[in-house]
Amino acid sequence: MKQLLCFGAFALWVAMIAATPLLADNYTIRIAISVSMFSVMAVSWNFIGGFTGYPSFSTAAFFGIGCYAGAIAQRNGVPLVLAWMFATILVAVFAALLGAIILRLKGHYFAIGSIAIVELTRLITSSWGSLTGGGDGLNVPLLQGNPQEVAGLVLYVMLGILVLAFVTSVYVDRSRLGFGLKCISQNEDAANMVGVNTTAFKIVAYTLSAVFCGAVGAVYASWVGYIDPTDSFSILLTLKVPVMVLLGGAGTLLGPILGTGVFILLEEIFWANFLEWNRAILGGIIVFLIFFLPNGLLKIQYLQLYAAVSRKLSIGSSKSGAGS
Amino acid sequence: MTEILRLENVGKQFGGIHAVNNVSFSLEEGEIIGLIGPNGAGKTTLVNLITGVHPLSSGKVIFAGEDVSRQQAFQAARRGLARTFQIVQPFPKMTVLENVAAGAMFGGGSTSVQEAMVLAREELEFVGLAHVADTAASSLALPNRKRLELAKSLAMRPKVLLLDEVNAGLNATEIDGALDLIRKIAARGVTILIIEHLMKVVLSISQRILVLHHGELIAQGDPRTVIEDPQVVEAYLGSKFAARVKAESHHA
Ligand SMILES: Nc1ncnc2c1ncn2[C@@H]1O[C@H](COP(=O)(O)OP(=O)(O)OP(=O)(O)O)[C@@H](O)[C@H]1O
Ligand SMILES: [Mg+2]
Repeated sequence: MKQLLCFGAFALWVAMIAATPLLADNYTIRIAISVSMFSVMAVSWNFIGGFTGYPSFSTAAFFGIGCYAGAIAQRNGVPLVLAWMFATILVAVFAALLGAIILRLKGHYFAIGSIAIVELTRLITSSWGSLTGGGDGLNVPLLQGNPQEVAGLVLYVMLGILVLAFVTSVYVDRSRLGFGLKCISQNEDAANMVGVNTTAFKIVAYTLSAVFCGAVGAVYASWVGYIDPTDSFSILLTLKVPVMVLLGGAGTLLGPILGTGVFILLEEIFWANFLEWNRAILGGIIVFLIFFLPNGLLKIQYLQLYAAVSRKLSIGSSKSGAGS
Repeated sequence: MTEILRLENVGKQFGGIHAVNNVSFSLEEGEIIGLIGPNGAGKTTLVNLITGVHPLSSGKVIFAGEDVSRQQAFQAARRGLARTFQIVQPFPKMTVLENVAAGAMFGGGSTSVQEAMVLAREELEFVGLAHVADTAASSLALPNRKRLELAKSLAMRPKVLLLDEVNAGLNATEIDGALDLIRKIAARGVTILIIEHLMKVVLSISQRILVLHHGELIAQGDPRTVIEDPQVVEAYLGSKFAARVKAESHHA
């Protein structure tokens, strides 16, 4: 029953996003693309940060490598879809190899190590001018069609990847793999002692957290037509994605998607109304999360909250009634 | 009787200290063996060496005829070498049932989560925790947490079970309950090595006793002989205790 509700909500959300090219203007379609793209990264992050409990900040490294791998492949004559697939596979291999090293670290050390990867990959990309164009960036072959058609295509590809990522997370959640990851997140030593091959499980989770980011990175590069190291390996992006998941509810299936939606909605409202304050919002949300919503929007006991609030209100009104 | 576990000159150094030094012994299938020794003697370290938590500095561990000296902890669990922790280690946010199912799933080789749940329920019945199956593991009181550790280990279908102070922190009645349970486990054919500070408990349950002191095995053999060994009296029991036990056993 609960699961049916979960799938229903997801299907409805995807349908709403998919309908934007038919109903809305270009600006809204851009937001829809952004929502789909960040949802993919949030669902991905949930594998390592949510299920496994490892606070990874490597998302931008995976995204950036995806951007560049797709772009470079295309510039060398690889057809579009194959270039996207090449980028996806490359990022998966990169994450698996990197995971074998970096997942020896735990807690804060892992967090710092994973964010260092973003800086490192950005620096390598900037310095390897012959391949990547260095700081000048790279032009990516444009997609065929008028802007409207291109935006529609990009949106549907992003949505397709989102569906794939979500289905994977549902499968993992129910499987032996997901069970093992949850054991690791709660007590890694005990997980080892009951027979979970923790090293292998963590590497799989880390790779899952990367593979779909690589895919959306490559598609993003094709969409925008120009990439540079600061935009592709963005620290802001690497911070935003975990915040989105925590906002919605880490370790849940819908949390990452809900969190992404709410975050981008807030961002839009603040962009429109307080342009200069945009960056401050991210900080504000982080602080709010830490203090008030440690388990995210999905885990709030809404019924209890409602009961508590209405109790407060009725006490308040009866008091004021007695006072008058 | 067939041998199930053998240690050959096992040693472990942490920095300069020899936590375990040149220890050799073997366990026969189905026996209950007690491991005693003062605090810091190296008992927990020995369990960690047998179960692959720490790599050995020297020596060999042979399990069911196979050299497992270089195994990792998860491999030990899958082979049938289970242990409980001196400080209990539940998965706090999972239910009691899920905790035990984790043992069945990964150590016991269940092929599906459903199958693991069914097995887990049987083990909960066995240790007497069926009534709290669906509560969070973190909400259990100490005696039940210890039972949960046992159920989790049993769900792994162990051949050898290493119990690190499962009775510590329990009162007399609770200990009696725990001992009954341990005997029931032994009756299933599981070989048990039990680390225990209370001599009464060790003597009542063990068929054989090992004594560890400063990382070295200073005595092993049947309980009565071991507690009269002058070295053991000197190192661990104290002469008064030895006299008292001797007197009691003469009455008996
Ligand atoms: N991981 C470790 N690193 C360094 N030293 C250790 C480690 N584990 C144990 N030791 C040391 O090894 C020695 C043996 O410790 P161990 O915990 O095995 O003793 P024990 O017999 O289990 O004691 P207790 O009865 O208090 O549980 C101690 O001196 C301890 O400080
Ligand atoms: Mg100990």
